[in-house]
Amino acid sequence: MEYLIGIQGPDFVLVAADNVAASSIIQMKHDYDKMFKLSEKILLLCVGEAGDTVQFAEYIQKNVQLYKMRNGYELSPAAAANFTRKNLADYLRSRTPYHVNLLLAGYDDTDGPGLFYMDYLSSLAKAPFAAHGYGLNKRFILNLPSFTVRLIDKEGIHDLEKLTHGAK
Amino acid sequence: MLQSQGNEVLVTVADDLVTADKNSLSSLTAPPLASSQSVPLPFPMSHGTTTLAFMFQGGVLAAADTRSSCSGLVACPAAQKILPIHSHLVSTTSGTSADCALWKRILARELRLYQLRHGRRLSTGGAAKLLSHMLHPFKGTKLCVAATLCGWDGGEKQSFSGPRLFYVCSDGTRLQGSLFSVGSGSPYAYSILDQGVEWKLTVDEAISIAREAVYRATHRDAYSGNFVDIYHISSKGWTRRSREDLKEEYYREKEKRTKEKRDVAGLDSVCAEK
Repeated sequence: MEYLIGIQGPDFVLVAADNVAASSIIQMKHDYDKMFKLSEKILLLCVGEAGDTVQFAEYIQKNVQLYKMRNGYELSPAAAANFTRKNLADYLRSRTPYHVNLLLAGYDDTDGPGLFYMDYLSSLAKAPFAAHGYGLNKRFILNLPSFTVRLIDKEGIHDLEKLTHGAK
Repeated sequence: MLQSQGNEVLVTVADDLVTADKNSLSSLTAPPLASSQSVPLPFPMSHGTTTLAFMFQGGVLAAADTRSSCSGLVACPAAQKILPIHSHLVSTTSGTSADCALWKRILARELRLYQLRHGRRLSTGGAAKLLSHMLHPFKGTKLCVAATLCGWDGGEKQSFSGPRLFYVCSDGTRLQGSLFSVGSGSPYAYSILDQGVEWKLTVDEAISIAREAVYRATHRDAYSGNFVDIYHISSKGWTRRSREDLKEEYYREKEKRTKEKRDVAGLDSVCAEK
């Protein structure tokens, strides 16, 4: 059970993701980072099927970096979100669809902070807050032990303190 | 499910390679015949084996059992589940043994070609990524490979020098870590490893923990057993210990237990006399 959450503020976006990499019921890693840095001010959070997440996220990440190398300036968060959605949609009806759920969070120097919600059917919505998965801590049968938290503002991406609850 | 592709494969050369036959003797995976339809399995059983690998101050230690099973039959009690790739990289294999043997050879070939073309060895992370990308077109087919790559990165041209451990699976998972156990016996092995493995272990302590973990897993898991292979990878390359029969370990422990019982009984009788 994986969890992503994003909250857009007046001049920042706050995002958090759980840290578990699981294989059926066994936790293979408990300090796994699910956030991919697309550029200085854009983060892509990715959960879903085992290999698809990393393959797809790295593909988007490298393409966004290539755009910067070719054109000299970075893609805006909205452009990156639409590019990601287009790729997801193109693969959806192919023989190898990617089963991934995404949150894209970024800060645009002209438009301000932005949070985009995408799911595996390649729907795209800009939202003030969004989440994937079940984040309940006291009531849910599976407790996710820790979360990575990051903040994006006009200065860039900042790592905040990891959230852990209860005994390790 | 969106992912199921049937048996069609994208790459034509793969038509020769995809020969996954459930009844072939070289298969390690098998649905356990003992469970009836009405009693569900607690979790999906697959990869009939126990392999483990962990990093510590002395490098990387890899251990595995040697039982090759096929639908409840022990096809081979002395299989080799740890395959060396090159002098500083070893991989543990789990899943279908034919698939593992083939893909390890392909990986070894590609790493050698890289070394010849670029004049330096590919790092363990690079090898893991290469294997993961080579297996990606077969996602959704019956190909089943779950391997850990244990290596030592180093050399004059490398930026990083030290031990590295990666887990690569044919479903696309690629994880870097410091402790992995794969296979049907892995929950039992994890219970020993999670409490015993630390960075500051000596080589001998690490070997005894690895041996104990495989022994405990083979004791409880029907699809693991027979012998244990232990490989140690350090800056000088990999070294292999001679194969140990776990039967000996079982008898040693039984002997120790009876001796302890006798000691306790002796103490009790001494106390009773007093």
